Amino acid sequence: MDLDEAKEFKERCTQCAAVSWGLTDEGKYYCTSCHNVTEISKEVINTGDIPNTKIQAINRGLKRKRKLEKGWDWYVCEGFQCILCQQAEALKTLGVGPELKNEVLHNFWKRYLQKSKQAYCKNPIYTSRRKAVVLEENLSHSDWESEPELLSDFSFPFVESGAESQSDVNTQKSFPVIKASQSETASVCSGSLDGVEYSRRKEKGIVKMTMPRTLAFCYLSLLWQRETITLSDLLRFVEEDHIPYINSFQHFPEEMKLYGRDKGIFAIESWPDYEDIYKKTIEVATFLDLPRFPDITEDCYLHPNILCMKYLMEVNLPDEMHNLTCQVVKLTGIGEVDFLTFDPIAKMAKTVKYDVQAVAIIIVVLKLLFLLDDNLEWSLSNLAEKHNEKNKEDNPWFDFRKWYQVMKRTVDEKKQKWEEARAKYIWKSEKPVYHSSIDKSVVYKRREMVVSLQKQFSTLVDSTPTVGKKSPSSFQFSWSEEDTDRTCFHGHSLQGILKKKDQSLTTKNSLYWLSTQKFCKSYCKHVTTYEESNYSLSYQFILNLFSFLLRIKTSFLHEEVSLVEKKLFKTKYSKTKKKSSRSRKVRRY
Amino acid sequence: MSDFSGELTRPMAEADQVEKSMLSGTGMSIPWLRKQMETVETGGKKEKDFAKTTSACLGLIQEALLKHQWEKAAEYMHSYFQILEDSDAGKRQAAPEIIWRLGSEILYYHPKSNVETFSTFADRMKNIGVMNYLKISLQHALYLLHHGMLEDANRSLSQAETWRYGEKSSSQDILINLVQAYKGLLQYYTWSKKKMELSKLDEEDYAYGTATQNMRSHSWKTSVNLSALIQIPGVWDPFVKSYVEILYQIVPSHKLMLEFHRILRNSDKEEHHKLGLEVLFAILDFAGCTKNITAWKYLAKYLKQTLMGNHLAWVQDEWRSRKNWWPSFHFSYFWAKNDWTEDKALACEKALVAGILLGKGCRYFRYVSKQGHQGLKKKMKRMNRAVKSYSIVDPGL
Repeated sequence: MDLDEAKEFKERCTQCAAVSWGLTDEGKYYCTSCHNVTEISKEVINTGDIPNTKIQAINRGLKRKRKLEKGWDWYVCEGFQCILCQQAEALKTLGVGPELKNEVLHNFWKRYLQKSKQAYCKNPIYTSRRKAVVLEENLSHSDWESEPELLSDFSFPFVESGAESQSDVNTQKSFPVIKASQSETASVCSGSLDGVEYSRRKEKGIVKMTMPRTLAFCYLSLLWQRETITLSDLLRFVEEDHIPYINSFQHFPEEMKLYGRDKGIFAIESWPDYEDIYKKTIEVATFLDLPRFPDITEDCYLHPNILCMKYLMEVNLPDEMHNLTCQVVKLTGIGEVDFLTFDPIAKMAKTVKYDVQAVAIIIVVLKLLFLLDDNLEWSLSNLAEKHNEKNKEDNPWFDFRKWYQVMKRTVDEKKQKWEEARAKYIWKSEKPVYHSSIDKSVVYKRREMVVSLQKQFSTLVDSTPTVGKKSPSSFQFSWSEEDTDRTCFHGHSLQGILKKKDQSLTTKNSLYWLSTQKFCKSYCKHVTTYEESNYSLSYQFILNLFSFLLRIKTSFLHEEVSLVEKKLFKTKYSKTKKKSSRSRKVRRY
Repeated sequence: MSDFSGELTRPMAEADQVEKSMLSGTGMSIPWLRKQMETVETGGKKEKDFAKTTSACLGLIQEALLKHQWEKAAEYMHSYFQILEDSDAGKRQAAPEIIWRLGSEILYYHPKSNVETFSTFADRMKNIGVMNYLKISLQHALYLLHHGMLEDANRSLSQAETWRYGEKSSSQDILINLVQAYKGLLQYYTWSKKKMELSKLDEEDYAYGTATQNMRSHSWKTSVNLSALIQIPGVWDPFVKSYVEILYQIVPSHKLMLEFHRILRNSDKEEHHKLGLEVLFAILDFAGCTKNITAWKYLAKYLKQTLMGNHLAWVQDEWRSRKNWWPSFHFSYFWAKNDWTEDKALACEKALVAGILLGKGCRYFRYVSKQGHQGLKKKMKRMNRAVKSYSIVDPGL
């Protein structure tokens, strides 16, 4: 409400008889109490009095671009806000507490808007008054009703800038000028007000919101709340359509029309990648200047001791292995609160990949027990088999071979189904998104064609009901003692592969090989590479099994295993280092 | 379990031996380079999961087709259709043809599919993009032919015939010709059916007149179609045969008839041989061909062949309707003199035919024999011998 510039207009409003006027983008007077817009434009006399923002707003208003479809005016970040809302709601359905949506995610988002100068700040990029109205109708979810403050925050800066900048006209910072003419050409347009400009914007230091980053926000909120959903779980839920991501824009309010450049921003055609989202999580947290996250203590789900137990169960390994994993955790120091807790401000802002690390620990323990050199594990299996045959009454010894057979079959089946589901995944949204007025009709026609073809062929498909949409679960595999078809190894004993040493037990196997001999110290992305043919088949199998479980690349997991080993065998690594620094000769590995 | 690291540092020496070489000892293996090269192919852009989905889906469809799992193939096809909306223009343009090929294959074999489903599918696919119209129309027509639906096939081909789109590319030209050819073939088939019906009708029958008329108009239409086609270089054998057969009915003296005769003669079928004889006689029914030496040579040779093959009945059949007028038409004394002066070779051939058909007592034969006695003794001798052995006339007469 800019009373300053509309003061000269003293007429009574025809609808509500109030004398309280403001100016629209187009420079027409409107009644601030009933929002009745008149046809009377303000005459601009002295352009020197009018701050930069207003000129641009008026300019833009006068050259109002032709919209292809009638609807609300909306900005790209509002679209993202809508999506985050949907995602938070979905998380709530999955069992996450409501505070995540109402407080945590909401605050993160507000902070983002502030940091990216889109709102809550002194010189916002947007100057349209209409924005406030749009947001109000946009955020119809009851939980975000604390929104009035959001609204006022949006409109607040306008008042500030109006009042202040009149005096600071000369010292005012120039901020990105929105060139309306750019988006007027028919071929470059967007349903949102700033779609075109948004995709071109490249400000240094500002993290631009993208679809993958919405997941980063979700994960940060989950981490803050220390919820029992890991990053791999989150991404898996996205792939299984339990969390809106692909085509989430279809659930925008009817009036928020999406076309043109918006397509490139919102219509994503790839599933999220763990590494990518992980990096973005750190990036966003750093950008938002977040403080140290709540501590991850031993009783947290994300603590390696608990996650290891979870994964051991999921992969059908004996419960007894948990002792070993705890040992490894202790020795490597990765169970420490300070190590585990995410602190973006810290110098080396590293978050722990909780799930990947837990799995890496299990792999290390498997290597400790079985060596996994394509030899020892099988001879140990032979021993276990012999023992089990002789002593059918006792608790069976864990037989690696049997476990391998059961797991291979199960995972191969699951993997095949997963690949098939991926091959049949429908990416295109029901309502087509077109680029411009030129291809609108073509795009609609194509969609019609596809729909009719699909209809025709669906009658030819086998009508036996396929397995319905799976209900989301943290566990992809479940094993039970009662199931006679598939052996459950949870209760099996590690007796055959452990031996007594003084007061405690240690592994019969005393050998070990390191996954990586030397770590890369240069600026490349990874510290090690993974070339399959260099490793034993058992190791490859284990890596493939776990990387499928978490939906990550095997090289990624291999790297984590190497890093765990680096901590575990640090003496070995330091010795090697000393050796090489002493000798002049370059040793070829 | 106590101090692990202690346990592990001890047997380190042994571990070294067991240790596998992590970095390849043999050559340079640079896995990241391979990946770089992959992205070079795609122009530096990482392949989107959408593209991975469609290519995996295609693989599954092909696998299902190979295994004859039609329902599964239809299921995957359902998901594959989204490629028509691919953001990649190249893939989008190539899509309709792929979909047509796979879809038509599925619909051809699928137990729940029928002609209607196929036709709906074909009609839809014809209209996606411009370049597929003719190809699909042609294949659709063939499918309909296969199922015995001639009118529908004809309709499809007629529609396709009239298709035009700006500058036709040369590949489309070929397709248009094919369309016309098959249309012509269809017309030939209907004409031939009509002919058969006609032959069953009595001349007195009231329907005879209309049927004949029908047939005539059909013949005309077809011949127009096919004649244009044959101008274009190419191998048109099956079409030529039908064309020529029609022509034989309407224009028996057409210059193609000799060719037709040759084809019939060389065929394996007996009915073709009979037809060959008919054709030959028909050619010589017309004034324009009376001096055609090839025709006479053929007739002479063929008569011998036919009679050697014990098909006297055929010859008698042909001769029955001609014996009243052929002698004066071809074998008059006037002609004998004329032919001998103009073309001795022609005269000899004709003489041979005359001898076979009319006996050695006929005027023509006697004249030529006498005339040839001086210069062409050997030939005359041969002629005499041939007439002696083959003449259908009872020498007793």
